[in-house]
Amino acid sequence: MICLAGITRIFHMGDQTVHALNDINLTISSGEYVSIMGPSGSGKSTLLNIIGLLDKPDHGNYELDDKIVTDLNETEQAQIRREKIGFVFQTFHLVPRLSAAENIELPLILGGIPPKERRQRVQEALLAFNLEDRAQHRPAELSGGQRQRVAIARATIMQPKAILADEPTGNLDHQIGSEVIHLLEKSHQSGTTLIVVTHDRELGARAHRQITMRDGKIQTDQTNDTD
Amino acid sequence: MTLIDTLQLSFKTIMSYRIRSLLIILAMSLGVAAVIVLTALGDGARRYVVNQFSSIGTNLLVVMPGRAETSGSFPGAVLGQTPRDLTLKDAQLIGRIPQVKRYAPLNVGVAELSAATRLREVTVLGSNANLIPIRHMKLSQGSFLTQGSARSAQIVLGAKLAKEFFPNNNAIGQRIRLDGNRFLVSGVLVPQGESMGFNTDEVVIIPIDYAQSLFNTTSLFRILVEAKNRHAIQPAKQAILDTMKESHDGEDDTTVITQDAVLETFDRILHALTLAVAGIAAISLIVAGVLIMNVMLVAVNQRTTEIGLLKAIGANTADIRRLFFVEALWLSLAGAVIGFMLGQFGSLLLRLAYPLLPAWAPAWACLAGIIVALITGILASLLPASRAAHLNPVTALSKK
Repeated sequence: MICLAGITRIFHMGDQTVHALNDINLTISSGEYVSIMGPSGSGKSTLLNIIGLLDKPDHGNYELDDKIVTDLNETEQAQIRREKIGFVFQTFHLVPRLSAAENIELPLILGGIPPKERRQRVQEALLAFNLEDRAQHRPAELSGGQRQRVAIARATIMQPKAILADEPTGNLDHQIGSEVIHLLEKSHQSGTTLIVVTHDRELGARAHRQITMRDGKIQTDQTNDTD
Repeated sequence: MTLIDTLQLSFKTIMSYRIRSLLIILAMSLGVAAVIVLTALGDGARRYVVNQFSSIGTNLLVVMPGRAETSGSFPGAVLGQTPRDLTLKDAQLIGRIPQVKRYAPLNVGVAELSAATRLREVTVLGSNANLIPIRHMKLSQGSFLTQGSARSAQIVLGAKLAKEFFPNNNAIGQRIRLDGNRFLVSGVLVPQGESMGFNTDEVVIIPIDYAQSLFNTTSLFRILVEAKNRHAIQPAKQAILDTMKESHDGEDDTTVITQDAVLETFDRILHALTLAVAGIAAISLIVAGVLIMNVMLVAVNQRTTEIGLLKAIGANTADIRRLFFVEALWLSLAGAVIGFMLGQFGSLLLRLAYPLLPAWAPAWACLAGIIVALITGILASLLPASRAAHLNPVTALSKK
């Protein structure tokens, strides 16, 4: 469960101060499927970074699974990122000199999981994301869709509680994009919280709960009754 | 993240930036090789000189007439006296000193050596039978002036002279003339080549009495003394000085040089020189360290997004720091090992090119070269590693 209370994030641009997030209160239960939409600069990526513990709020409290995580030190936050959160980025962020399999393996290596178990889990992930024949290819040799599949495999390999996707289809064409979304939704169906930041209204509408932001504030927050 | 995974991951990184890694390793290994080759050269020169000195004899003392130390006014000068010469009597007195194992008086001159139709000028050494063991010379044939036979007209020829005058290798027992005086060849020296600027292959040795009458002198050029052992050198020196003072009516007018002192001085000078050269070579290691630091800083810049990603998927600052640190460690380790091998190979080439020079790098230099390489590598990685570790993940990830 994600619980934000009074979260404020201020950036200083020269002598200007920008309230990227302004007193955000938001609770997301485990297993929810949330989309965050809004124009550029509305603070949606900053919100995602704070939820993912990549960024620290200037004010406010963040509770993750009933534990206040805002005050944890860097190493503890890294551990939470490793174990509870999976990131999917618009630009994939694969390590260019590692093969697809090695990229998927990275979080397991950081988690100190023994090589034998790692190999097995990577193998399973390659199968699940239909990447077996691409395992030894480097990112440069993969198509955009394949790269994002590798990235999702990497984000899910530690079986995180939440997947945070920042414009996951932004660099993909429509058809490949919807394939990628299906993969993300599949992992949501197995119980993972899914938070997607997007420009794409159509994509945003697929989520059960849609949040729109403007100027660092939550503008609307509505839940579909369909499920 | 386990240690093995860290080692593997950073090793993979090095392998994927092949040219960059090769260049750093090259720089590092050249530095290490320079330290090793230059110390091999310096230490080889030192050992060469030390060997040369020990080849002229062990526990050797040289007694010279005159005084080589400045002190209060020399009373004899007022009376118009010059320092007394060394005489055979002095040599015999020295022979009685308990710390002295044996002594050889020495006169040196030039005379004309002739046999049948052959003729040449040679350096003549006048001495006794002890000269051979004291100066570590060897005979290839015959015998040297037999002990106590100082009056017999024997002559020992240097190897080259024997070959020139008696090409049929039958020198022993032949007659030969030295400035018109007849001598009987009793022995031939083993070829030794040049030692201390003195070629023993082109000298003849005759008994001291004959040399003194040949050169019409009663004084000695030197007295070579061999002390009983290493520890007897200093007491022997003092005893000789005392004996000479007594013999010369209370005048301190002889000088005794111990081979040890000369040897030690040269040893010290050349050792210092080796150290200095090693120090200069070590600067190239530091330069290689700076190169590593530069390259690692560039690497941090190049891999900013990657570092951001590693943080996003759960790497903490210590993990990132260790990755960069180990990467630099691999580079400097490879540089050190390859440099060590290069250095040994270079020393081998030196030894092949100059067989006389024992150009072996001393163990301390090899060790120091490798350790300095590792330490500079480690130090050079600290700043880049900490810079990488403290990157803000959000800005790192958003870098294009």
